[in-house]
Amino acid sequence: MDQSALIPHLFRTEFGRITSVLAWRFGIAHIEVAEDIAGETFLAAMETWPYKGIPDNPTGWLYTVAANKAKNYLARDTNFQKKIVPELRRGEEAVNAQDIDLSPGNIKDSQLRMLFAICHPAIPQEAQIGLALRVLCGLGIDEIAHALLSNKETINKRLHRAKERLRDEGIIIDLPPAAEIEQRLDTVLTTLYLLFNEGYYSETHDEMIREDLCREAIRLASLLTESEQTNIPAVNALLALMCFHASRFAARRDSEGDMVLYADQDESLWDQQLIARGVGYINAASRGERLSRYHVEAGIAYWHTIKEDTPEKWENILQLYNILLQIQYSPVAALNRTFALAKARSKEEAITEAEKLQLTTNPYYYTLLGELYADQDQAKARSYLDKALSLAVTRADRRSIRQKLDRLS
Amino acid sequence: MKEYLLLYRMDMNTIPNRTEEQAAQVMQLWMDWIGGIAAKGQLVSRGSRLEATGRVLRSGNVVTNGPFTDIKEVLGGYSLVKAADYDEALQMAAGCPVLNMGGSVEIREQAGM
Repeated sequence: MDQSALIPHLFRTEFGRITSVLAWRFGIAHIEVAEDIAGETFLAAMETWPYKGIPDNPTGWLYTVAANKAKNYLARDTNFQKKIVPELRRGEEAVNAQDIDLSPGNIKDSQLRMLFAICHPAIPQEAQIGLALRVLCGLGIDEIAHALLSNKETINKRLHRAKERLRDEGIIIDLPPAAEIEQRLDTVLTTLYLLFNEGYYSETHDEMIREDLCREAIRLASLLTESEQTNIPAVNALLALMCFHASRFAARRDSEGDMVLYADQDESLWDQQLIARGVGYINAASRGERLSRYHVEAGIAYWHTIKEDTPEKWENILQLYNILLQIQYSPVAALNRTFALAKARSKEEAITEAEKLQLTTNPYYYTLLGELYADQDQAKARSYLDKALSLAVTRADRRSIRQKLDRLS
Repeated sequence: MKEYLLLYRMDMNTIPNRTEEQAAQVMQLWMDWIGGIAAKGQLVSRGSRLEATGRVLRSGNVVTNGPFTDIKEVLGGYSLVKAADYDEALQMAAGCPVLNMGGSVEIREQAGM
């Protein structure tokens, strides 16, 4: 990786680690101090590295600088000394650099604790995602606004309010008590799943941001499997799901960065190692009684890692969608079920079911109808696809609908 | 939208002993049908199948065992759906596999509290 790409990459992976450790040390009320110190650390790297060269161990360099800055801050800032030091965890009198423990073990623990603090039920879901992107994944406000299709001002406000909430609710950066872990994990998993989806379905053409977001979601979910208290089947199921999806990363974009539809992908580009890792997680997920939506979605994603179209494949996908819809309805799942029905049974049967859905404001609904009618009634197919085009919001969607229109004779 | 309880009744004595494959086929029919309702976002609860036998408690601590010999059709399961009116609920129920097994679907609107 060249120097111009290294710092942004390190920023995304290390900013969150440094912030989590410092925030845990200072307490959540001072999370902004932790962010500032992490930010200044990267500023120092940007000022120094171009002249002195990249250090042999860039991450170690960052940790040392961050620890020193934290120490200096604590010594210099009298306000901090008076107001914060007395409240510091563990109630020690003086804070020295050794206290800023940036060892791999403490980084992991701090991030796990921070994950639970951020994904607290008192924080609105969209704010949780914003906070996770900022505090755990080191995204800048611009990048978050970009990834969440929002603007800087809105994101700033949202994060500000969320941090106030963390303070006001007196949320402690720690793992919840054992009895609450499973319930609290529901929120954590939802946020990680949305975080992954932000990366996977993001409109941005910046491949780096997309892959980093997905990798971070996988990394954070992996942290949960490394701790006995949080390594429950649903976590493994979610990880399996993420691995199966991420395995198609290289195949999903063409040389211009445009989306390649599943049916048109070159499966030799699918990452077999990630698929194997996903299978491992599926096996780990299959202990236990509770069937979560992630189990079902991982099952669906697993069948998609097999390129060959067999009736068995699509019958399995159809039945999994039948189950998924019973656990949790979503228009996407309803449309995908109908597509699977066409593949497993017949287009006629799927058309009958599709027409019952009446998702008349949804562009994908008309795209599906257009596809189902393509062989039966070209005029009808065209009019459905035109309707889809008029409803489509994203450039990628309009492009793929136009492709389908072109394929009609 | 109102909520309707669907009660599936059938004569348990007429259920043939199914092979594993036949049982899987019957399961698939149920899943396709209930999946279709869920795909419209109108399934409130998939409910459950019920075991063929049970207990009945009457006042005076009188307990009798099922099956309930005085009625031929017994309750085999239930689900809860949303529908605009009885007409729509009836349309939904029309695809229920129990109808092809000689059974019936009883549809009951939930009364308010």
